[in-house]
Amino acid sequence: MAKLKIALYWAASCGGCEIATLAIGDKILKLAEVADIVFWPVGIDVKYADVEKMPDQSIDVCLFNGAIRTSENEHIAKLLRAKSKIMIAYGSCAYEGCIPGLANFYNRQMIFDRAYIETPTTDNPKKIYPQTKVKVPEGELEIPEFYDTVKTLAQTVDVDYFVPGCPPEEKTTWLALEALIEGKLPPKGTVISHSVKALCEECPRTREEKKVKKFYRPYEIIPDPEKCLLEQGLLCYGIATRGGCGALCPQANMPCTGCYGPVEGVVDQGAHFLSALASIIDSNEPEEIQKIIDDIPDPAGTFYRYSLPDSLLRRARIK
Amino acid sequence: MNNFEPKIVAFCCNWCSYAGADLAGTSRIQYSPNIRVIRVMCSGRVNPLFVLKALSIGADGVLILGCHPGDCHYIEGNYKTLRRIPLLKKMLQQLGIEEERVRLEWVSASEGAKFAEVANSFTQTIRNLGSNSSGPFKQNSEEEKDG
Repeated sequence: MAKLKIALYWAASCGGCEIATLAIGDKILKLAEVADIVFWPVGIDVKYADVEKMPDQSIDVCLFNGAIRTSENEHIAKLLRAKSKIMIAYGSCAYEGCIPGLANFYNRQMIFDRAYIETPTTDNPKKIYPQTKVKVPEGELEIPEFYDTVKTLAQTVDVDYFVPGCPPEEKTTWLALEALIEGKLPPKGTVISHSVKALCEECPRTREEKKVKKFYRPYEIIPDPEKCLLEQGLLCYGIATRGGCGALCPQANMPCTGCYGPVEGVVDQGAHFLSALASIIDSNEPEEIQKIIDDIPDPAGTFYRYSLPDSLLRRARIK
Repeated sequence: MNNFEPKIVAFCCNWCSYAGADLAGTSRIQYSPNIRVIRVMCSGRVNPLFVLKALSIGADGVLILGCHPGDCHYIEGNYKTLRRIPLLKKMLQQLGIEEERVRLEWVSASEGAKFAEVANSFTQTIRNLGSNSSGPFKQNSEEEKDG
């Protein structure tokens, strides 16, 4: 059998997903037996122009991590889609927008103002902003355009599979790779994880009745290591998050933040968490309810920490 | 925007508010025609998702109408709504959507007149706020990248 051809790419991401692909450890040898990596900006020296020369559909699988933030991200996403038989949104940024997607609370101008003018360490008296084209003595230079809104990969090109996680756990990555190597592919559109249910299903903590009088931020309390974190007033996202990671954060006494995305069949993870969270508030008095809600300083940023671009509203409206 | 007619979605619980809306109709009380009623079994059935969905596809305002506290057919469904809506409003403000675009009211089966009054005053509120799709953000627009 001919070796599989694999491409890996990073768009708007932190690089954690690149490390997560390596976290499969010695299984990478198994991967090397059956697959050749044909494009991987972090690891091998293959230029964009080389990819452009490849015939369409000549790459078997593309593991694409990172959100779509610039024209370069979009261009390469479209290029790799054309060259690849299977496109996988690998990791939360490509899947849902993730942390780069939180920029959707602002627009390009606000982000540029902050980054190039307002930051205390910036000295830019002429207020120079990045331009997509600049003339210098040697000729014209071009840099990618910075978009107003961060998009997910699936909002940009057709995506075959999604691998959740920020970054995906080793076993989740391997689950996807194994399916590829063995040719046992799930139906198109599948979110590849060991679980379709909520994280609470695999969390070892004891659950009793969920009634909360006060919400805490993680630094405010040292939680009981046995009891459900949500019942202790921490915003643990497990009830609205797909399992498959093994509930690692709750086992380290930290609340789940929701990086594996919504459970199967759910659109808009944030709205579902809001719904579930608000209903466990232990009060029927509007004033008291308001007071309890005041303990959550940033609901939108907390509920959509990983999924703002993939949510129904996609971004904040800027007046 | 003189000819702006707000599109308003009203989720009415089956047991109280929908009957209240019905009473407004059978009593021939005139109220704003901007209200589109959607019957749900309980105001507690109104997942905040429904509100976001309505706002994201063109509703200018969303009303959630349920039984008065203590009167819920399912004992405490409306208490869940009572807790969800303030949190939803707080989140909507962060997303640049005025909290006044979402309102929770209690309308019993006997309160046809109150239903009409709520419909009218909410329509006026939204009329004053203007269209929800105004402003630079256009949902799903291909041009948005040109900002």
